[in-house]
Amino acid sequence: MNTAFLTVYWRDMIRFRRFKPMLFSTLVQPILWMAFFGIGMSSNFDRFSQFVKLPPGIESVDYLTFMAAGVIAMTTLFTSLFGGISLLFDKRWGIMKEMLASPMPRTHILWGISLSGVTKALIQAALIMSFGLLIGVKFFSGYSAVEVLISLLGIAIFVTVFSLGFLFLSAGITMRLESMEGVQGIMTLLTMPLFFSSSALYPVEGFPSWLRAISVVNPLTYLVKGIRYFAIGEDFFAMGTHYTYSIYDVLLSLGFLTIFALLTYLFAWVTFRRACPGEGFGD
Amino acid sequence: MNAIIEVEDLHHSYGDFTAVNGISFRVHTGEIFSFLGPNGAGKSTTINILTTLLPLQRGRVRVNGYDVRKEKKRVRESIGIVFQDEVLDGDLTVWETLEFHGRIYGMPRAERRERIEEMLKLADLEEKTEERVKYLSGGMRRRLEIARGLMTRPAVLFLDEPTLGLDPQTRYRIWKYIEKVNREGTTIFLTTHYMEEADSLSSRISIIDHGKIVITGTSEELKNSIGKDLIYLETVNKEKASQIIGSFSEVRGVRDSLRGLEVSLEADGQRFLPRLIVSLEKEGVEITSISLKKPTLDDVFLHYTGRELRDEGPQGKKVAMRRRRGR
Ligand SMILES: Nc1ncnc2c1ncn2[C@@H]1O[C@H](COP(=O)(O)OP(=O)(O)OP(=O)(O)O)[C@@H](O)[C@H]1O
Ligand SMILES: [Mg+2]
Repeated sequence: MNTAFLTVYWRDMIRFRRFKPMLFSTLVQPILWMAFFGIGMSSNFDRFSQFVKLPPGIESVDYLTFMAAGVIAMTTLFTSLFGGISLLFDKRWGIMKEMLASPMPRTHILWGISLSGVTKALIQAALIMSFGLLIGVKFFSGYSAVEVLISLLGIAIFVTVFSLGFLFLSAGITMRLESMEGVQGIMTLLTMPLFFSSSALYPVEGFPSWLRAISVVNPLTYLVKGIRYFAIGEDFFAMGTHYTYSIYDVLLSLGFLTIFALLTYLFAWVTFRRACPGEGFGD
Repeated sequence: MNAIIEVEDLHHSYGDFTAVNGISFRVHTGEIFSFLGPNGAGKSTTINILTTLLPLQRGRVRVNGYDVRKEKKRVRESIGIVFQDEVLDGDLTVWETLEFHGRIYGMPRAERRERIEEMLKLADLEEKTEERVKYLSGGMRRRLEIARGLMTRPAVLFLDEPTLGLDPQTRYRIWKYIEKVNREGTTIFLTTHYMEEADSLSSRISIIDHGKIVITGTSEELKNSIGKDLIYLETVNKEKASQIIGSFSEVRGVRDSLRGLEVSLEADGQRFLPRLIVSLEKEGVEITSISLKKPTLDDVFLHYTGRELRDEGPQGKKVAMRRRRGR
């Protein structure tokens, strides 16, 4: 088997470790979100949701726990959307030419970059969960050891599939563009609507119908659903809303994310097959 | 002789601008073949097509026996490339740079590690193995790039202006290095602006201008083709000498120069000179000194392109420096 994608992965991880400011911000940013936004907002939201009547004997999940799942999802989104950007550096330094002139299949560039993007996303997710548990996020409460393991695996699968979807998209877009500004512009344009039309930080139940319609096709919604199912449970109250997830919901969500990833893969694949370094860049 | 590169009627356009306009040539196995031409002549475009980095629009190209349109992977396996622009990741170490390259070419680990050692020695970079590429000097970086191109033991090594922007010492070392590599069996395809470089390295040279090959041959053949061997002759008896010399059919013209006579020839001066000396002496013309000046490649270039290399001189140098991206 040709393992060139592992080489691309190897190099990208070296760069990840070596760029200290980048490494630092990748690791610290999600923690800052938890520490400032999470703790700040949770004291507010928890005060409001006290007034919501809940069925007797049921306790609401606190906001910090609710949003921790959202922060994992959001971080995964950012990391994945910007994951393709290293391709831009490869183009600029010409390494892309080196790779395209080699006998390595072109799709391996895509795979290698995506694999390293997934690795980063998983590291971040693990970090957010660890830090979260430290500051009082009640993930996996009442779970047995086996259940915790299964849940971790479930979360990892969701994060991976979702991350791949956006990495492929990001790689495909980056491969077609020339400038950092262009790539960053597009990515920022994509993040906003994706992020705010999802249930990452608040329930979508209160949205007007058009916004809810967007949230139904928003992959982020399904990632958040998957994480909450595994981390919090299948039946809980949060922010005055009753959440129930059946295993079918979860499988359906995973199915949606898988289809999304397949579509973006197709887009990236077409782009990479056509990639022609002599035409668009270089001398 | 075996042709390792065969190009027939190659054209390439960028939009409606024709960069390569119907060129044909062959590179023989084991030789150093040079493309000499001014900026924008189409050298890099041709290399990019030969190395599969640009699609083949029109014409036929075979490299190492493989069709660049249909057998891209085979072609890629057969070649090494040193690009005109620097292609290096400054944040990797020298060793990692070579390791990365060997791996994307699918070299097995043991062979790869062995080759890296060999290449480091060849490029004289053994002491810089763990150094980040960005901390190397320009010449070291170029040597690293050439070593990398060679690492996979390619049948053909493409060198697109390998010594651009380097100082004379470094340039000379790289020439030696290229010759050594060639002696070990790698066919070399070189592009350059430097007459001297083409002259001293190449088995054969094509002069290319405006996307067309103007002439191909050994450096000797090119120089002889313009028939401008010059003889400088000093004598006290200018009149008589001039008369005698003028009667040879090989002579194009005789001019008075500062101290003696300048004779321009139609024929190969090396063959003509002995005969001239003999007949002058027979006629009793005493020669104080005589020298044969072969036309340089510069003369050839001027003759065929009607202009000097646009990259020479202080202004040209600036262009050259800018094209090689510094980091
Ligand atoms: N990607 C491109 N798009 C449009 N025109 C291009 C492109 N690449 C090269 N050209 C044009 O094609 C012509 C040939 O360029 P090429 O790079 O092959 O020249 P060259 O002989 O390598 O020159 P130099 O010695 O300066 O490197 C030039 O006029 C150049 O402007
Ligand atoms: Mg060029």
